[in-house]
Amino acid sequence: MKPFYKKFSEKFIEGLLMLSGTVTSLAVVLIVFFLFKEGVSVFNQEAVEEGYVVAVNKKNSADHISSEDLKNIYDQKITHWTPINGKPDSIVLFRLEDISNFYSDEQIGENFEGLPTCLSSVVDSLPDIIAFFPERYLAKNFKGKVLQVDKIKMSEFFGGKEWFPTAQPSAQLGVMPLILGTLWVSLGAILLALPLGLAAAVYMSEIANEKVRRVMKPLIELLAGIPSVVYGFFGLVIIVPLIQKTFQLPVGETGLAGSIILGIMALPTIITISEDAMRNTPRAMKEASLALGASKWQTIYKVVVPYSISGITAGAILGIGRAIGETMAVLMVTGNAAVIPHSILQPVRTIPATIAAELGEAPAGGLHYKALFALGCILFLITLFINLTVEFITGRNKHQKH
Amino acid sequence: MQLPDEHKLASSKKRKQAIAFWIFRIFSYAIIAILFSILSFITYKGFSAISWGFITQMPEEGMTKGGIFPAIIGTLYLVCGSMLFAFPIGVLAAIYMNEYVKDGIIKKIIKQMTNNLAGIPSIVFGLFGMSLFVNKLGFGDSIIAGSLTLGLLALPVVIRTTEEALKAVDDTFRQASLGLGASKWQTTSKVVIPIAFPNIITGLILSIGRVSGETAPILFTVAAYFLPKLPTSIFDQVMALPYHLYVISTSGTNIEESRPVAYGTALVLILIVLFANLLANALRKYFGKKVKMN
Amino acid sequence: MNKIESRNVDFFYGSSQALKNINIAIKPNTVTALIGPSGCGKSTYLRLFNRMNDLIDNTRISGTVMIDDQDIYAKGVNVDSLRKKVGMVFQKPNPFPKTIFENVAYGLRVNGITDKKFITERVETSIKQVALWDEVKDKLKKSAFELSGGQQQRLCIARALAIQPSIILMDEPTSALDPISTAKIEALIYELKKEYTIVIVTHNMQQAGRVSDTTAFFYMGELIEYDNTKTLFTNPKIERTQNYITGRFG
Ligand SMILES: Nc1ncnc2c1ncn2[C@@H]1O[C@H](COP(=O)(O)OP(=O)(O)OP(=O)(O)O)[C@@H](O)[C@H]1O
Ligand SMILES: [Mg+2]
Repeated sequence: MKPFYKKFSEKFIEGLLMLSGTVTSLAVVLIVFFLFKEGVSVFNQEAVEEGYVVAVNKKNSADHISSEDLKNIYDQKITHWTPINGKPDSIVLFRLEDISNFYSDEQIGENFEGLPTCLSSVVDSLPDIIAFFPERYLAKNFKGKVLQVDKIKMSEFFGGKEWFPTAQPSAQLGVMPLILGTLWVSLGAILLALPLGLAAAVYMSEIANEKVRRVMKPLIELLAGIPSVVYGFFGLVIIVPLIQKTFQLPVGETGLAGSIILGIMALPTIITISEDAMRNTPRAMKEASLALGASKWQTIYKVVVPYSISGITAGAILGIGRAIGETMAVLMVTGNAAVIPHSILQPVRTIPATIAAELGEAPAGGLHYKALFALGCILFLITLFINLTVEFITGRNKHQKH
Repeated sequence: MQLPDEHKLASSKKRKQAIAFWIFRIFSYAIIAILFSILSFITYKGFSAISWGFITQMPEEGMTKGGIFPAIIGTLYLVCGSMLFAFPIGVLAAIYMNEYVKDGIIKKIIKQMTNNLAGIPSIVFGLFGMSLFVNKLGFGDSIIAGSLTLGLLALPVVIRTTEEALKAVDDTFRQASLGLGASKWQTTSKVVIPIAFPNIITGLILSIGRVSGETAPILFTVAAYFLPKLPTSIFDQVMALPYHLYVISTSGTNIEESRPVAYGTALVLILIVLFANLLANALRKYFGKKVKMN
Repeated sequence: MNKIESRNVDFFYGSSQALKNINIAIKPNTVTALIGPSGCGKSTYLRLFNRMNDLIDNTRISGTVMIDDQDIYAKGVNVDSLRKKVGMVFQKPNPFPKTIFENVAYGLRVNGITDKKFITERVETSIKQVALWDEVKDKLKKSAFELSGGQQQRLCIARALAIQPSIILMDEPTSALDPISTAKIEALIYELKKEYTIVIVTHNMQQAGRVSDTTAFFYMGELIEYDNTKTLFTNPKIERTQNYITGRFG
């Protein structure tokens, strides 16, 4: 009985351990599943908010319209029907509130019970009209024609230059400004962090004595431990006003502020990883260089750095990864304007900041919500790519050295 | 071909080295200076805001006055909740990885997946937590949804630190125990884990430090803007320190007037992290071997 | 005239003494073998000659070490220049992560030589000197890691030769190599003796007997016996030496 029990419990425990071991894999699979399920479905959606319709006169030959055209019509950038159905007539724009120009309050009714009929006759009476109104006011025997709005296209999504997900009548979901904003800010961050971080890594691994190193190491760890909101807060109260004053800007919340804060936040990653790599340079290799009459500095840049270059690269790439994925600090200091940035002294908006700022207001399951998940997918893919690159670099190097 | 003059060469080498080393030294000190300026600025500004009342009272007057008690409690709940989930699973997973599974495809996959999980940005955890725990499983914005989300985020950290702690245990201990006829689990639980225990705890402390400052994952899974009461069940929303800092410094009703509260909150957050790091370092020093965070 | 001379040399790692009162004089164009059991201080002693021990924190030397009648530990001595004069070959082949050509050119470049033609010529001569030219002349641009262990070690010797030192220190240069590579390096040492003064640490008694003119036997940080190699191996004056070379301890 006893040995059987023992054997059984051993097996049971091993099973339990194995189960725990699979949790991370399960989590990754689930994350991918939920993220992409919601994210990809954005391409199955019309750009018009659910519950709204776009209607035209029934003699109008157009039967569908792209979200970009729709937006341009309502922004009065397109004023003639030419690009849509080829006829050179000028477009008559109609919004729901315009109904009062055509009908009196009595005709519409106190509870809008007359509204559907009114809308129907307005659309019927104006051949060049385009109307945008809630679907519930669509009369049963509507005398106009409801236009089909095109589904969101990949090219619109990735190539679009405007991110305006709550725009009426059609949401603009161009992620270009967000992707560019993310890259700009991260690039700026790494340009600031790389020289500082590498210098510190060299200093700690090759120049400073053991005592200094023992003090610096935990300080760098502390730098890594400070929460990102605290960095964001610090940026907000110190760096943002500083930038505003220095450059005489209307607002200090700029890409530069984001880069500075992200740069500081990327430092520990860069330092720890590249310092580790440099310390792994075999002692014999350094001694060989010194024995040939090279100075310590020559040895560092001619031997130590080339030897540990893959580790240094890995540190730099992971630093970029950290910057790209960072949310709160960026959200607090970059000003979050979703336009393609032309200078680092303009407000920019990154992908993570967009998700954080907008998800709270996006109704679950709606277009906006799905679009934010699609942003999450992009972010996930970027960071996955970064991690795989780093693994490739460090892995390849392991083979080379043994 | 003229050989370079010995003395000129030597002094030029020396000069270049001196310049380079000075630059490196200055850059390194600059980084330390940045750290200290952040710490001291927040300490200086936050110190006057912190008092017994600040820690034990509810927020008042649109969060421009009063304390941050509910946020502290909320963060406490979230830290406990996430660790209740991540710590046992993480430790068991690390034991499985280090003591049980043999080198091979399974180990490789698990390792890869753990690495991938560690690399996912925290906002993506937030998205995931919202769609699975809040919406799909119907927990709503709640302590449990937030804790599970934070727990997932902390899982790779716990696994890594535990693995390093286990790796630091000399193989001879295992062999000796197995040689005495102990089973694998007996060896692991009676010999390996007790030796690795201090380092495992160090890892736990570091994950607590990390989790208590995370904001992005709790934005949409638990955090309440303003909720001047304590939670009564795990399905309640709570306030949390990092989110509170975010809210009062960017979108409160009166940003300027709530600055002192913001400084105080930031200082509390920093103190938590500082305390966690100091404790972890002290433990490391006390017990010798080192556990790495990254 | 002596090439190298050490007088009353003591050496300390922190508080532990690794060398005790070592007195040796080495003639130019000879091969001197340092032998003795592990941990007796051979490497420590060898590394005094190019001040390699300076790199280790908390070390201290007393007594004098003279090279070409100059105290190399005197104030104002330029260590880089000293190391240019005293080449070193290590136990394990340790080429740099560079091409074969750049490995050999390294010493020239760090010492301020930029003339391309001069460097190319010197690299070629040095590689020829170690009899490696035929094996590598078509792949000078390839990574040095692609060579075999024995080839790498000869490359490291060529690297040391390129800056034309007058002394070469070798710390167990063949202990990581197969017998054929070992034989090649021993033959090379014999050749090099004509132009250089060589000090070699070895654990291999036969090797010491084959390549060296004089041998120093160290034991626990002390120089037990220093003599003509033939004499020391056939007719040692001290019993401990006798015991060591016949393999009775150590
Ligand atoms: N960096 C160091 N720090 C402290 N002690 C050292 C150091 N290097 C060597 N020692 C000590 O100095 C003594 C001599 O060491 P050394 O390396 O010179 O011996 P060796 O004769 O070369 O041995 P082996 O044949 O094993 O290479 C040893 O007791 C060793 O422990
Ligand atoms: Mg030795």
